[in-house]
Amino acid sequence: MKNSPQKEGGLGFGPAVLWTGLALVTFVACVSLGSVNISLRDVWNSVFGGEVSRETYRSIIWWTRLPRVLCAGLMGAALSLCGAAMQGLLRNPLADGSTLGVSSGAALGAALSIVLGITIPGLETAGPAAMAMLFAFGSLLLILALAWGIDRSFATHNIILIGVVFTMLVSALLSILITFSGEKLRSITYWTMGSLSGKSYEQAGVLLGGLILFGTPLFLQSRELNAFAVGEENALHVGVPVRRVKLTVMICASALIGICVSIGGSIAFVGLIIPHMVRLAAGPNHRKLLPLSAFAGAIFLMLADLAARSLLSPLELPIGVVTSLIGAVVFIVIFYRSRKGGVR
Amino acid sequence: MLKAEHLTVRYGEKTVLKDLSLQVCEGEWWTVVGPNGAGKSTLAGALGKTVSYEGTITLEGKDIRQIPQQEYARKVGVLSQNHSAVYGFTVEEVVNLGRYARYTGFLRKGDPDGAAKIDEALKLTGLADMRKRNMLTLSGGESQRVFLAQVLCQDPEILILDEPANHLDLPFQQELFSMIGEWLKEPGRAVITVMHDLSLARKYGSHALLLNKGQCAGQGKASEVLTPEALKSVYDMDVYGWMRTLLETWKE
Repeated sequence: MKNSPQKEGGLGFGPAVLWTGLALVTFVACVSLGSVNISLRDVWNSVFGGEVSRETYRSIIWWTRLPRVLCAGLMGAALSLCGAAMQGLLRNPLADGSTLGVSSGAALGAALSIVLGITIPGLETAGPAAMAMLFAFGSLLLILALAWGIDRSFATHNIILIGVVFTMLVSALLSILITFSGEKLRSITYWTMGSLSGKSYEQAGVLLGGLILFGTPLFLQSRELNAFAVGEENALHVGVPVRRVKLTVMICASALIGICVSIGGSIAFVGLIIPHMVRLAAGPNHRKLLPLSAFAGAIFLMLADLAARSLLSPLELPIGVVTSLIGAVVFIVIFYRSRKGGVR
Repeated sequence: MLKAEHLTVRYGEKTVLKDLSLQVCEGEWWTVVGPNGAGKSTLAGALGKTVSYEGTITLEGKDIRQIPQQEYARKVGVLSQNHSAVYGFTVEEVVNLGRYARYTGFLRKGDPDGAAKIDEALKLTGLADMRKRNMLTLSGGESQRVFLAQVLCQDPEILILDEPANHLDLPFQQELFSMIGEWLKEPGRAVITVMHDLSLARKYGSHALLLNKGQCAGQGKASEVLTPEALKSVYDMDVYGWMRTLLETWKE
């Protein structure tokens, strides 16, 4: 302890190992379970090249389950991390990564591309994803420009208000699009409710890259986020460069959300409730809250995706429906208990 | 140390502070007094870099707009009136934030005095037994003490305290002001306190700035500024007489 004179409540080594283990166990379970349950031995042998009881299992594991569960885990971690960061930054437990309206903006972009048939030459299927990314970025610029125009300090209440109004505007536009969409409705729903079916290793790679590129700066801002969560004016007084931190967190969280939406559609609720539940259990210190949220989000979304694809098999539920359903119920139970028991 | 020249602050159309100049030197304890809306907290805000102003404020000759926030926080500690807990941080975690400006390097390790300064600040504010308490369970006075501890462990050269006695009971008020007096004895330090209690301002402050409707109504040595006549004209009531009446109620 000589080199760390202050106790700052970071995630210790033991819990880190424990949570990594939990995430791995969930990962393996989600790869093995589904519309077809595949034994652990077969999972092992498909991956490491042994005898498999049926040859189709090998391709299910390799080309369907593994990339899909990978994407679910990475997306869950990203969404939840962004939510935790934004809740701290805006000092509002109702905020999440999509509070800025980036998530609905991205969904609008994807829907536009589907209805108007916009594609990228050579990569026909990537049209919606590219448009989602573009619109996510456009929304962020628009919202930041508006907030900057009101006062130069990006006041948090302005940002929340602009984000909420922007989200409403975008969902109205989205409803108009859906009215004209005809038989393309299903693929639009795919973007607005989210789905992880047919994910590839490339997409998992993009998610991982995004998480490293934009998630790392978020982790590095944990002290600043603590200061923000205690109070923005107070943060300034203790020496936090308030505007720079605000911009960093908002840009990183929005970029990460944009990437997530462009890959899996806008999956509601993960970024809102997971950080909230982690905070109830472990306290609001971001040195612990951020990594724990990432772990818990990954585990939650892998399980939610498992439920989405196996509950009504062979039908598949939109994953956004599952996260909202399970999330809301679990959240109410935990929230009710904790509020009765004490304050967090 | 800290010098303000021709300071003017406007909120929209309204001018809340008008052409104010002030010079705070080493060893001085300035109290800022005046009626509601006189611009006391606005002045504290401008000195604490949270309120935008016209004119110049310099710290040791350097324009404070040019000083990075972290560097400024190492020199000037500000206690504002606006703090309310939203999340359940522990007392210790909030006080910890006072050491933020002392971190250096990319990983921001290396604050060898950190733990000792925090212990000391907690002890001075009577919070030593409450380190692990949840901020959401504290009373107003306890929470005020937490933020006092935070600004103390920040270890600045100049303390700017906006209503430091807010919510504090009498023994703690007394303790606080004599503690600030002790703190000021170290060389290279100065204090500015915004306050309502004129008797405290007169007893503890070496200098006073009397504000009225955003303008200076007198500044200088506390004994010369805080006279019954000056207070009467600023507050538009017989302040001295009122205080005597209050005291006399105890004699019956």
